[in-house]
Amino acid sequence: MPLLFPLVVSALLFAIGVYGVLARRNAILVLMGVELMLNAVNLNLLAFDAWHRDTLHSGQILALFTITIAAAEIGLGLAIVLLLFRTRRQINLDAVRELADREDTDREDAEVRR
Amino acid sequence: MTSILLAQEFKSPTIEYAKVAPLLIVFGVAIVSVIAEAFLPRRFRYPTQVVLSLGSLAAALVVTVGLAGSKLLAAEGAIAIDGFTLFLWGTILVMSIISVLLLAERAVDGGVTAFAAQAAALPGTEAEREAQARRLEQTEVFPLFLFAVGGMLLFPAANDLLTMFVALEVLSLPLYLLCGLARRRRLLSQEAAMKYFLLGAFASAFFLYGMAMLYGFAGTISFSGIAAAIGAKTGVDGLLLAGTALVAVGLLFKIGAAPFHMWTPDVYQGAPTAITAFMAACTKIAAFGALLRLFYVALGAARWDWQPMIWVVAILTLGVGSVLALTQSDIKRMLAYSSIAHAGFLLIGFVGVRDHISANTSAILFYLAAYGFATIGAFAVVTLVRDASGEATHLSRWVGLGKRSPIVASVMALFLLAFAGIPLTSGFMGKWAVFSAAWQGGAWPLVVIGVVASVVAAFFYVRVIVLMFFSEPAAEGPTVAVPSVFTSVAVAVGVAATVVLGLMPEPLLQLAARAAQLVG
Repeated sequence: MPLLFPLVVSALLFAIGVYGVLARRNAILVLMGVELMLNAVNLNLLAFDAWHRDTLHSGQILALFTITIAAAEIGLGLAIVLLLFRTRRQINLDAVRELADREDTDREDAEVRR
Repeated sequence: MTSILLAQEFKSPTIEYAKVAPLLIVFGVAIVSVIAEAFLPRRFRYPTQVVLSLGSLAAALVVTVGLAGSKLLAAEGAIAIDGFTLFLWGTILVMSIISVLLLAERAVDGGVTAFAAQAAALPGTEAEREAQARRLEQTEVFPLFLFAVGGMLLFPAANDLLTMFVALEVLSLPLYLLCGLARRRRLLSQEAAMKYFLLGAFASAFFLYGMAMLYGFAGTISFSGIAAAIGAKTGVDGLLLAGTALVAVGLLFKIGAAPFHMWTPDVYQGAPTAITAFMAACTKIAAFGALLRLFYVALGAARWDWQPMIWVVAILTLGVGSVLALTQSDIKRMLAYSSIAHAGFLLIGFVGVRDHISANTSAILFYLAAYGFATIGAFAVVTLVRDASGEATHLSRWVGLGKRSPIVASVMALFLLAFAGIPLTSGFMGKWAVFSAAWQGGAWPLVVIGVVASVVAAFFYVRVIVLMFFSEPAAEGPTVAVPSVFTSVAVAVGVAATVVLGLMPEPLLQLAARAAQLVG
């Protein structure tokens, strides 16, 4: 199989992940977008590993580390999302915007609304 | 294939335990403090954790000083122990000791630390009121903090892509949590944690994709292997360019350079101020260390490819940092934009390199140390100015502080002058070192832009000083809390370092010059 196939698939996966992060407003779906991006990287690493015939298999090892760390990351992320949900009863990221550059009058409005 | 592998004798890897001892101490004690957290009765936890954290960081610092002069690749080439690493280890450890003092401060908020009584108790509920009434404290912050410090020590020492990625995550993950643990204004704190986590995970995915590209280009993950491949391989330059750009995204995010700076003001404002101080100083130091090592050691030969990109980023960062800081009305947000501007100044030193990498490296090392002390000191002062709802961070509350509490206001003014780069402070010497290194490297347009940006930046620092000293205090202004010995020491160290490095920079400059050797 030419190297190009897995690379194109992985680039597409990565692009879908980026789209998910940028376009989705639900925190869980954004996390899923990040996961897609990480898995695109794994595919890339394995493809390069096979292409180089790397006797040390750096690519495969790196992929294993990525999987482990992605799991840790997603566990932590879900904890933060859960905290946010329990506090606010919703996880729409557009609604979480009390910290932002804004004029003083806007800030007072926001405080009144709160 | 299998038979060949079996025929070879298995050689176990050698790890130079004595040389990586600072890392092992910090990570080991971090694990011990997790266990202590689980098994000790509640009333012993706070003193035990403070002693463990301070003790381990001090021990690691002593070992680091003892390693001076080492120059080798440890752990089968995964970790580079050289002057550069040791200088950054020393700086990070000193800054973290000061940050632990801020974390442990109890006097300014009625006898409890600045962290959520119980992170699981929701804001505004009965459970939270009960936790506060029982004066509970979240002492898990200390082990989390130690893990973050361990990651920061590993980050600039990493000498292959795998180690660098692991270090990046080990330093980031605890910080995401720590950002969300404030005792006051918990909604803002949780929002900061959420934003930092999502953007941080997004950026590290880019970093990882870039790593995969670089691996695909070179066929190896070690920095020296990548450096060798740059001269030898032709026809796959696309992989190298894409990899360099994507890896840069991840690292520039961590140092808070524009256009990847969006998280900085929000997170710095929402996070507990002690954590903000720690992040602003130590994350920046560690990430710059990693940026320098990756780009000078592994990608140094491809300098003509990445220099234009970093030029653009440096100019953008300077512009965004200095101009947007003018419009801020919150002191923590203003300091966040100031830290973005400082990242821009550091990038000038980083990119203005022609032949003498060591000159640039020593200038950046000095700047990082000078900036770190002043930043921690400034955020420490922010924790002291309080009203009934916690820290009074809105600039309108700082009006006339100089009349009410001249000492605190003068200390803050000193740090602000250091940020502005006024002569006789550490900030001036840092800027001087960075600008002159970049000038010699031929990046004079960047130096001119940097000087203009520092003039603009001086304006908003001076504005705060004018507010504090030359305006009448409001009738019901904030009070200045009387800190315990912890915060007092932190502020005193910041003041001393800022003044001493401004008046007598020679010793540290020479140390930085001797340290500016990268193995690899």
